[in-house]
Amino acid sequence: MGGLNFNEINWEEMLDAGIATLRMLAYSGIFTIILGLPLGIVLYLWGRSNHFLIRSIYSVLSFVVNILRSVPFIILMVALIPLSKSIMGTSIGVLGTIPALVIGAAPFFARLVETALREVDRGVIEAAQGMGASTSQIVWRVLLPEARPGLLAGVTITIVTLVSYTAMSGMIGGGGLGDLAIRYGYYRYEKEVMIISVALMVILVQLLQMAGDRLVQHFTRK
Amino acid sequence: MIELKGLTKVYGKGSKAAMALSGLNLSIKKGEIFGVIGHSGAGKSTLIRCINLLERPTEGEVWVDGVELTSLSQGQLQEQRRKIGMIFQHFNLLSSATVYDNIAFPLRLAGTPKAQIERKVLELLALVGLEEHGRKYPAQLSGGQKQRVGVARALASDPEVLLCDEATSALDPQTTDSILRLLLDINRKFHLTIVLITHEMHVIQSICDRVAVIHGGGIVEQGEVAKVFLKPQHEVTKDFIRSENQHEGPLRAALEAVHDKYSKSVKITFLGQKTYESTLSHVVRGTGVDFAILQGTISTIKDMPYGQLLVRFEGSAQAVEATLAELAAQGLEVEVFA
Repeated sequence: MGGLNFNEINWEEMLDAGIATLRMLAYSGIFTIILGLPLGIVLYLWGRSNHFLIRSIYSVLSFVVNILRSVPFIILMVALIPLSKSIMGTSIGVLGTIPALVIGAAPFFARLVETALREVDRGVIEAAQGMGASTSQIVWRVLLPEARPGLLAGVTITIVTLVSYTAMSGMIGGGGLGDLAIRYGYYRYEKEVMIISVALMVILVQLLQMAGDRLVQHFTRK
Repeated sequence: MIELKGLTKVYGKGSKAAMALSGLNLSIKKGEIFGVIGHSGAGKSTLIRCINLLERPTEGEVWVDGVELTSLSQGQLQEQRRKIGMIFQHFNLLSSATVYDNIAFPLRLAGTPKAQIERKVLELLALVGLEEHGRKYPAQLSGGQKQRVGVARALASDPEVLLCDEATSALDPQTTDSILRLLLDINRKFHLTIVLITHEMHVIQSICDRVAVIHGGGIVEQGEVAKVFLKPQHEVTKDFIRSENQHEGPLRAALEAVHDKYSKSVKITFLGQKTYESTLSHVVRGTGVDFAILQGTISTIKDMPYGQLLVRFEGSAQAVEATLAELAAQGLEVEVFA
């Protein structure tokens, strides 16, 4: 086992990989929120309904969400290759991994949304109902603003989780730092590349977490 | 203004069912402050929440301002609810919104134009004395200030009725009084009908016109506050009044104190201006009896002065009887106690 030599690292490739990771994060993050937020709201609303039929639908939906969450991401990713192909036209590279990332992360995020909404004081919701608010007004004007710190914390956790998912997607030919780490570090024993890519991901996660915490802090009024 | 007819509320089903209200009837007049007093678990919270259907009664009708609420569609109910303001024990303000935005909230729900919202909110901030605090968040306010925001918010949509759900129970006595004064002001200024529930007799006594005592899901006694307060009929009512200002033990001791002369203990009730007149000393000077005051209260119900004294008269039988007759002739209520 020789010493580490960082001189031979192809920094251009590293930069490209870094950008690819950020692109994957951005796309999958946005679609996870677009899909997961409404799903979380629906889970919250239906979970509180007194209506028998709605309760049954909730149970089914909740079950599906749990299944998606319990399948290990690496397996989900492989299982979703055909789906990725049909949606994005490819199952590799940045674009090819996005469906798998979104389907892996959205149910997780939806649960975080549901939990954050449950934290909203029932009394405040009742007060709004008493003032004649409709359900959509309660969602937009009460639940989402009141749960904002919790929702932002959920977004942070989800994006951090997505960082590790993007790394895993290197296994099935996704791009980015994870891909780099696996190709060079694991297949070609070039530890230096692996160390740098992992270090970059650690830094990325730290930055994301810090930014998230700042936002949560900023919007916390209690 | 508000008519509750045969209101029944059952929670749960089958063997777990618990009846919170059982066929309750209540009628509240326009412009009055109506208090409902009861111990916890008596059903008072369910009762007030049935008035704006936050709680849907299992059976019965809820009439507010000529509209039967239980028969309305969801949309119509939302419309009617704008005429019913409500304040809460724990204020229930939006923690993520400023004081200004909290008060503007019901107006925004109704789609009021921005300029109009601003005018109304500033007016309400002045009414509740929070002009300086519009930009603050609820967490930066004291309990009393939060409840003032609650009151302002409840008034924003110009309601006909204000429901107060234990609105002062989380406040200290001084703050309670200031909120009660605010409610009384509002009632007079806007001729607003106020329904409040409480477990404190003091609240009823301070601002209510009429009171109903709720127990076991039904009204056991109701009427004008002075009448119910001074001549309670039901055990529960007596209990509330006793806990407010009388203590059984010392009273018994006073009544049983040994005395050899002819004596009679009576409860004398003064109402209105008579409370502050020297009727008692005037009468005893005439009949020549002695007296000892065993227990007494002089206070006000809303703004009406009243006094209730437990007095033992001592002297000849004839003089004592003459004293009682004379007190009654002076328009005081005299009730022989022992």
